Amino acid sequence: MSIDLSEFHDIFFEECFEGLEVLESGLLNLDQNTDVEEINAIFRAAHSIKGGGASFGFTDISDFTHVMETLLDEMRDGRRAITREVVDLLLKSVDCLRDMTNAAKNSEDSDQQRTAAIKQQLEDMLATDGDTKPVTHNDTTQTKVSEDTACSPVEWLIHFRPDSEMLQTGNEPTRLFRELATLGEISVQADMSNLPAYDELNPECCYLGWELVLKGDINKEQIDELFDWVKDCSDLEITPLGNYNQPSTEAVTQADNTATAEAGTTNNDSKNAIQKAKVTDKPKGSGAGKESGSIRVAIDKIDELINLVGELVISQSMLSQIGNHLEDTDLSNTEILRDGLSQLERNTRELQESVLKIRMLPISFSFSRFPRLVRDLSSKVGKQVELKLSGEQTEVDKTVLEKIGDPLVHLVRNSLDHGLETPEIRKANNKPETGSLCLNAYHEGSEIVIEVSDDGAGLNKDRILNKAIEKGLVAENQELTDEQIYNLIFQPGFSTAEQVSDVSGRGVGMDVVRRNIRDLGGNVSITSQPDKGSTVTIRLPLTLAILDGQLTSVGEQTYILSLVSIIESLQVIPEHVSSITGQAEFYQLRDEYIPIIRLSEEFEVEQSSDDLSQGLLVVVEAEGQRYGLFVDDLMGQQQVVIKSLETNFKQLQGISGATILGDGTVALILDVPGLIQRHYEKRNTAMKPVSDVA
Amino acid sequence: MTSVLAVDDSPSIRQMVSYTLESAGYNVVVACDGDEALKIAKNTNMNLVITDVNMPNMDGITLVKKLRSLSDYKFKPILILTTESSMEKKMQGKSAGATGWIVKPFNPDLLLTTLKKVLD
Repeated sequence: MSIDLSEFHDIFFEECFEGLEVLESGLLNLDQNTDVEEINAIFRAAHSIKGGGASFGFTDISDFTHVMETLLDEMRDGRRAITREVVDLLLKSVDCLRDMTNAAKNSEDSDQQRTAAIKQQLEDMLATDGDTKPVTHNDTTQTKVSEDTACSPVEWLIHFRPDSEMLQTGNEPTRLFRELATLGEISVQADMSNLPAYDELNPECCYLGWELVLKGDINKEQIDELFDWVKDCSDLEITPLGNYNQPSTEAVTQADNTATAEAGTTNNDSKNAIQKAKVTDKPKGSGAGKESGSIRVAIDKIDELINLVGELVISQSMLSQIGNHLEDTDLSNTEILRDGLSQLERNTRELQESVLKIRMLPISFSFSRFPRLVRDLSSKVGKQVELKLSGEQTEVDKTVLEKIGDPLVHLVRNSLDHGLETPEIRKANNKPETGSLCLNAYHEGSEIVIEVSDDGAGLNKDRILNKAIEKGLVAENQELTDEQIYNLIFQPGFSTAEQVSDVSGRGVGMDVVRRNIRDLGGNVSITSQPDKGSTVTIRLPLTLAILDGQLTSVGEQTYILSLVSIIESLQVIPEHVSSITGQAEFYQLRDEYIPIIRLSEEFEVEQSSDDLSQGLLVVVEAEGQRYGLFVDDLMGQQQVVIKSLETNFKQLQGISGATILGDGTVALILDVPGLIQRHYEKRNTAMKPVSDVA
Repeated sequence: MTSVLAVDDSPSIRQMVSYTLESAGYNVVVACDGDEALKIAKNTNMNLVITDVNMPNMDGITLVKKLRSLSDYKFKPILILTTESSMEKKMQGKSAGATGWIVKPFNPDLLLTTLKKVLD
């Protein structure tokens, strides 16, 4: 029977990646005091990858892992000390193995040179300690060419006397004979000489022995193989019984045997080839480089959904029952109808929430890479760093999770490189030599907050300000708050590092970080205290699929603003409006002047009235600066499902997406930072308030 | 129908074993470690047990020992799946009471022929 093993490849790869995670995090926690069970867990992870790799035909993976496993085995048995050197090499091997697995998954060739080099290093490591065990890989089930083929008689005499306890290993002599009979003609004679008297007989013991004669073109190996499991708990003698074949016939038999064996392999080979071909047939672009399309979901989330769908069905049947009796409309029916509708509404909302929850994954998926990163980097820059992770179970949308990784890596690198000081400097400043770097995540309202903080030197305010002036980002005489100064580092092309290092970037970093986070509908800010350290705070929406929106009307159009971006809405008092040369308008909001942006002008649509006092000003905040958006009226607040404008139309500056309202019309969702940028680009004026750059 | 208990901590191996055996008409129950397997074995009388050696919680060797101490499994065939082709591991399994072993990597055909060997 032939079974296509490629069906199990995906699950194998997934398992590999999981195993590699276990390996990596296990290795990172490894030191001399690690208890055996932890090393066992690491060992098992490697072992499983090796076993799976071999079973599913990824021999390069299994061969490579085998060497790692041998090393781990020595560590497990205490034969090898756990040194940083060994752990580093194993971590490097994990990376290599991950690349190999990725390559196998995408049906690409892996970097064989690198693999060979690391494998060699592992082997060299194994060779140290004096005991140069050759690393043999004897797991392959090749058809060995028999050494005994030189004499392949046509008759064998088998003397077989099992130990009395053999039955208790589940080995049954009659089954063995059945198997022997498949090899050739067999005759069996029982030896009952050891059989005790009936009342002494223990039914669980075996007292019999057998003499078997086996006829046929059989070599000793085949017989040995059959008795493999019992040979150590029995007396076994296998002897040829005369009648040797003439050399000529023997040669033929042998040739026959090899031929069939070869045919078998060729068959396998061609099967493999077909499988391989099938795999390569897949379009490469689809798999390579993309995030995995599948998602692992906790059972209870699914259960909740199933439950809700059940509820929904009940509500639906309740409503359809009323529908059937609509003719006799009396008041009681209306009552039930209303109940049914409100139940349906609740079910729908809960169902939506639950479905969205499926996409939510704990942020630990993203955090988990940092222990390794920090370990590697800190040794590279010669600093001692303790990484603290908290809030790892905080759940975020899968897309957010995938896209937040790079900005976080950048922030962590920055902290390590620029924020934290070297042990000498820390000591001189009366700080513990080991710096601390914290990653924290928590939910706040409908946002997720991620903080990257360190207890390093903090940002140098003067240096940032000077640099900003030098780059013409701010005017020399401008009054800026500390916060505004710190946030200048998110400006494009801004870097205060005196030397460009290979750890953190060349000043292309922080603005990219900010852009990535903005693309996710979030924002980022930094606070800092000299000598106490800095904290970067990232705020992101919990999900990219729905939005708590405020509907506003401008003429015929409906625009949606995210509720969280709105600070207040007010009626315009005409005296508080001041305009500058008819170009820009400002509104005096308490003791602050905020620019007024007329949405009708931005999007060139008709508005009911140009008169500011006839409409409303919606005060929004973006990048720490407030703006007044002028609209006709505020309509309801509702959760809207975000539809991408890019996929359905094209990207527009100032618009983050669209949604379909209850009456079927399309409403655009405003992207406030983008809108403001659009506003100023359109005007192309120098009127841009300074703090907008922060 | 012949019931087989397949024990392995690797989901892909578990899936492959159960798929292979089910296609061949066996009734397959899977367990991911010795602990779980022992519980299942106690509740359901299986005709054959195939177990991996290296597993969390309870390893395969311990599982074999525990199963052999149950009257229902005293004479049942129990096979161990092992990547260690070394005699040492095999013998460890044997002395625990395993009927025999299948050396990984194995293919579905080998699995089926080996099973036939130990079933009536």
